[in-house]
Amino acid sequence: MLYREAGQFKTSYRSDQAIFPIVQDRWFMWGLIAFGFLVLPLFANQYLYTEVLIPVLILSLAAIGLNILTGYCGQLSLGTGGFMAVGAYASYNLLLRLPDTNLIVVFLFGGLMAMLVGVLFGIPSLRIKGFYLAVATLASQFFLEWVFARVKWFTNYAPSGSVAVANLDLFGFPIQTPQQKYLFVLAVVVVLGFAAKNLVRGRIGRMWMAMRDMDIAAEIIGIRPLHAKLSAFAVSSFYIGVAGALWAFLRLGSWEPLAFDINRSFQILFMVIIGGLGSILGSFLGAAFIVLIPIFLNQAPGLLGVPLSTAMISHLEFMIFGVMIVFFLIVEPHGFARLWAIAKEKLRLWPFPY
Amino acid sequence: MLGPILETLIGGLMTGVLYALVALGFVLIFKASGVFNFAQGSMVLFAALSVARLSEVMPLIVAVLIAIVIMVALAYAIEFLVLRRLVNQEGIILFMATLGIAYFLEGFGEAVWGSDIYKINLGISKNPLFLFEGIFPGGLLIDREEIAAAVACAILVAGLAIFFQVTRVGRALRAVADDHQAAQSVGIPLNYIWLIVWAVSGIVAIAAGMVWGSKLGVQFSISLVALKALPVLILGGFTSIPGAIIGGLIIGAGEKLAEVLLSPMLVKWFDLAGGGIENWFAYVLALVFLLFRPQGLFGERIIERI
Amino acid sequence: MRAPAASDIAAGEVLLSLENVSLSFGGVRAIRDVSFDIKKGEVRAIIGPNGAGKTSMLNVINGFYQPQQGRITFKGRTRSTMRPYDAARGGIARTFQNVALFKGMSALDNIMAGRTLRMRRGLLWQLLRVGPALKEEIEHRERVEEIIDFLEIQAIRKVLVARLPYGLQKRVELGRALAMEPDLLLLDEPMAGMNLEEKEDMSRFIVDVNEHYGTTIALIEHDMGVVMDLSDRVVVLDHGVKIADATPDEVKRDQNVIDAYLGVAH
Repeated sequence: MLYREAGQFKTSYRSDQAIFPIVQDRWFMWGLIAFGFLVLPLFANQYLYTEVLIPVLILSLAAIGLNILTGYCGQLSLGTGGFMAVGAYASYNLLLRLPDTNLIVVFLFGGLMAMLVGVLFGIPSLRIKGFYLAVATLASQFFLEWVFARVKWFTNYAPSGSVAVANLDLFGFPIQTPQQKYLFVLAVVVVLGFAAKNLVRGRIGRMWMAMRDMDIAAEIIGIRPLHAKLSAFAVSSFYIGVAGALWAFLRLGSWEPLAFDINRSFQILFMVIIGGLGSILGSFLGAAFIVLIPIFLNQAPGLLGVPLSTAMISHLEFMIFGVMIVFFLIVEPHGFARLWAIAKEKLRLWPFPY
Repeated sequence: MLGPILETLIGGLMTGVLYALVALGFVLIFKASGVFNFAQGSMVLFAALSVARLSEVMPLIVAVLIAIVIMVALAYAIEFLVLRRLVNQEGIILFMATLGIAYFLEGFGEAVWGSDIYKINLGISKNPLFLFEGIFPGGLLIDREEIAAAVACAILVAGLAIFFQVTRVGRALRAVADDHQAAQSVGIPLNYIWLIVWAVSGIVAIAAGMVWGSKLGVQFSISLVALKALPVLILGGFTSIPGAIIGGLIIGAGEKLAEVLLSPMLVKWFDLAGGGIENWFAYVLALVFLLFRPQGLFGERIIERI
Repeated sequence: MRAPAASDIAAGEVLLSLENVSLSFGGVRAIRDVSFDIKKGEVRAIIGPNGAGKTSMLNVINGFYQPQQGRITFKGRTRSTMRPYDAARGGIARTFQNVALFKGMSALDNIMAGRTLRMRRGLLWQLLRVGPALKEEIEHRERVEEIIDFLEIQAIRKVLVARLPYGLQKRVELGRALAMEPDLLLLDEPMAGMNLEEKEDMSRFIVDVNEHYGTTIALIEHDMGVVMDLSDRVVVLDHGVKIADATPDEVKRDQNVIDAYLGVAH
């Protein structure tokens, strides 16, 4: 009986348009954020930070980016990994060449560079749609991967092709221990997460969704395809670029282009499909699921007493992801996000079935 | 100079035959069901793994026959478990479903058959042929296996052409390709047709996988190389069988020539850490093509009506 | 660059004129040398048998098709080529024969999307959604709520349009077009597939839009009763050719029109 909206009358359009119109949702959200900042650090250990929390948060950000493009604007992309690489290497080079740059500026720069490249590779979307576009984005994926592997300037002529960053700090505060990294990532993700939510429920979000649902009708209400599609590519690539830079700097520390290969693109796409196309919340749920499944698979056989080789675990991972994708597309194309909404709907009515 | 370039060209064309074989499987499915089957590459991997592991314990021909049964069963499973439940969904949803199938097949294939590199021995001599020794000093060096691949491809295409033109099933198939609803209304069972095209694509995948496996060894990377069939399709058009063949040849030859001729120049000019432009050449070529001729070389022009 | 406001043109003057417009697809000549005009404030009907080129006519007016020949003048400006979003910017709104709504969005969002052109705040304000961006969103919401009240669809505003029955979808689509506050509203068979009651509702909305907001309307309709009741003037097309252009009563008596509809032995 706790989840009730009876008595919460919306007396203005402003309150009806609030980000969480129902009071309990609002409390839940603030509670979750407070929990993330204040409570988790009290007991989390290094493993939880580096293997679970940081990856889930950063990949959620990348998933939000792809969701803006694919879920909201309907443009399928298989080039996420490439755009993450642009963010990572752009940030790396800025910090390398101007070592005193503020870390926030460094990440913003990574995002902006990814945005530029994203818009450039988004231009074909004005002429082609659907899987044709998907193939076109493969071009960006393979080309960008190659650029960072071959052009020595980007990796500062490192003989191994691998680059690294260390001793990061922000306004004099070190960002070096897992806990510090986690708090920084959490802050970035909270800010960008809310920004994305705002964007998709305003004019620009409606423009994207209109483009996705029916491009012809979108044009007759005055939406320029050029404007709608390229802005989606721009915002999406910005998020993906920032996520790429965060991933390289705060998750990996040292990396090579392989960290952003086509499997990364698929991984993010699966997060979006499983989490829910066209849902910011779903991006988080999808990322959590995809990060946690391999961890679970690694632990579960040991607990059950069934020994599995690492190779077998990775095969199982592939199979489970594959089945989940098909399952969600068939049963619930809107992914976890819709399941969550249905659960909430049930909870509102509980304990009465109707 | 001309000799090595010609050898590169021929080598490229042979790779192109392989791309064409994979692309052929795509085209069949796309034509008959409008599904853009991303899993074709994984089907090639799966088929090749089956043949490779089975032929270790039995004669090759038996292994191939069993592999055909496996691929037909797979087609049935895909039709029954996936396609049937996604009827009337948008193309993009079906496309993503085949992405899921691709992932599943890769994991499943390696879980069942193992994930090492396996060799398929077609029983063809490994000694290369030397042709035109009179024209070029030392002659042109060509693998016998590559010739076998080209011949196999030609036979397969001819067989498919006859199948589609002459048989009743082929006619039904062309009808479905033309118009799903109209075909259904004259009593052509859609599910059955889908089953057939997926099965035929599976058999084409066996051919592609065998040729490939004998050349490179059967390994995980095959499914990634098979992605090159996508640019091939963009060049050739998604609905054209001749387009798939010619597109495959152009991409195969083009990327090999680019690697040999263009790569060294790029490396010199930009001080690169190595060439390797064949990794992306096909995709970028396809991208350029998409911008100027989205329907491909032979595909039907798509006219949107409102 | 915005087109001149329709308020510069007095009621009863020509808002849109087409002169000698021809359109063909390959060898098919969909429209042959058709001229007519639409005056400000009127309800103009375009009728004709199937395949007469009515929808093509609307597609030419709002820029989906570029005619091979002819001049189109809207609000005093003659245009060469135009895309649909240029038409929208100029003040032309449109509904479709088979509803073209954004299926993944709620009724409210669909109608709000119709306000896109009138909203100004850029990306950065939208990201923050405070101050001017929030104020703008609320102002437009108020306008949209007026339209929702007018069309009597308050109860379904938060429902995904894909789940709505056909009649309501048509209403939402009309709402989206109205949200654009157009100078010229093109309606392609607004009553197709509706039952009598729904038709009556829709007729009432069309009359109200025309009288209340003074919106000029061009509509295609098959139901002759509706056409005769609603429209001020009627254009009749047959096989892409204009065969009559007059008031409903005159058109009803026109021998050419009767022949075209009933068929005549030559």
